Amino acid sequence: MTPNSPLAPFDVSAALCIVFILLVPFAAAGLALINTGLGRSRSAAHAILASLIVVSVAALVYFVVGFSWQGIAGGAAHALTLRGNRWNLLAAQPCFLRGLKLDGSPASLEVWLGMLSVGLAAIIPLGSGGDRWRLEACCASTALLAGITYPIFAHWVWAGGWLAQLGTFFRLGRGFQDAGGTATIHVVGGLTALSIAWILGPRRGKYAADGMPAAIPGHNVVYIVFGCLLALVGWCGLNSAGAILYAGVAAGSAVLIAVNTTLSAASAMLASFVLTRVRFGKPDASLTANGWVGGLVASSAVAPFLPPAAAVLVGIVAGMIVPLSVEWLDLHLAVDDPGGAISVHAAAGLWGLLALGLLARFPDAAHSGAAAVTGQWLAQIVGIATLIGFVLPLTYALNWLLNRFVPQRVAREGERQGLDLYELGAGAYPEFLTHSDDFLQR
Amino acid sequence: MKLAGLLLLPAGWLLVASALVLLAADTPRGVFVFAGLGVEVLGLVLVARAHLAETTESE
Repeated sequence: MTPNSPLAPFDVSAALCIVFILLVPFAAAGLALINTGLGRSRSAAHAILASLIVVSVAALVYFVVGFSWQGIAGGAAHALTLRGNRWNLLAAQPCFLRGLKLDGSPASLEVWLGMLSVGLAAIIPLGSGGDRWRLEACCASTALLAGITYPIFAHWVWAGGWLAQLGTFFRLGRGFQDAGGTATIHVVGGLTALSIAWILGPRRGKYAADGMPAAIPGHNVVYIVFGCLLALVGWCGLNSAGAILYAGVAAGSAVLIAVNTTLSAASAMLASFVLTRVRFGKPDASLTANGWVGGLVASSAVAPFLPPAAAVLVGIVAGMIVPLSVEWLDLHLAVDDPGGAISVHAAAGLWGLLALGLLARFPDAAHSGAAAVTGQWLAQIVGIATLIGFVLPLTYALNWLLNRFVPQRVAREGERQGLDLYELGAGAYPEFLTHSDDFLQR
Repeated sequence: MKLAGLLLLPAGWLLVASALVLLAADTPRGVFVFAGLGVEVLGLVLVARAHLAETTESE
């Protein structure tokens, strides 16, 4: 067999990685269905179309400029030398993926996974902006996410940036760890969702004059639950591919990763189920489904590094954080987040990152002592501080500026009609009867 | 209040980054990292309260 033969021997890890990356779009499909189901019926077509559009915009922007700023570990980068340490700040790869061979090498697989990951991150804010976010503004905001926010943070974590180097420079364990994208994809997306919810303000009729929120339930629980099941498939692929490419985990660990991912989601879902049953008298389907996704989000950071029992613990805590956070944002902070994106992706994600520092045990002897455990915990705290102190103000400022030039919120009439009719000219369910109270002025 | 909160967020982060660069011993470095995180939480509270006030006024 010649080396150029199409049937030349291929690295098993790379082959498995390709299979895992092929599963990632299921996570995007799951999130899109969940966001659509949690929104109103009169904005359903808009919600699902917006998901596809933001994935497209994110992929193109990532191709043009995103990857050139994210780069790969060991690639060309802009760095700042402080006290003898070279702080790797931003990649300096050519735009348009020039000079990169897309041949199954780790770098090419990172490009492919990055392109899908940034699309996944871009879908997350659609959950918090549901029923009131203009399509053009979604696209422009996604371009900012895929071109600026995501690649900068992804470089710091996944491409040999300063957060990844914390272990080398400051003896903080292995440096900030985020194998499956809990921080890079979900917390970045969740903090963008928070910025969008703040900038857009709540849906009309959501809050009464005395500040009490009205319940606006999702229109299709079947979409939500089916989306959860699809998301599990995608997450198993995402967590496995990320662990192989970004944490150097052996391909055989994919079994542990898939088991931990499933256990975390399952325990989170049951924790949400029990919590909502106790608090409200009956289990809440939407919050329980959000708990499931919260467990998946938390698992992304920890799945390769925990025994299954610890993954159950991580899931239980995530499953309790999600409904409490949803209620707190809704009741006490007047943040209208129809899809629960902030609680599911930011709050559960931050817990996952913290859990890695508290519970992870790395197989290599160099990172298994008490000092290494303390150092790893501090590295995770530094990563969390960077998300809250750098990513949140950055994404807020970018979207606030965008709002000055491209108004993000739909006009009052559009919100009354529903985004389907107002922005697309046709509804998602043309053969269904529309209840008259859907058009009541709130 | 919102602007002050938004400025406190990167201020806290710079405190964290400065602790890493300037402090070599583990304990003071950890203390300053947590202090920076505390400043960020304060900023987050201010931004959240500013938005809450805006929402209440608009309703």
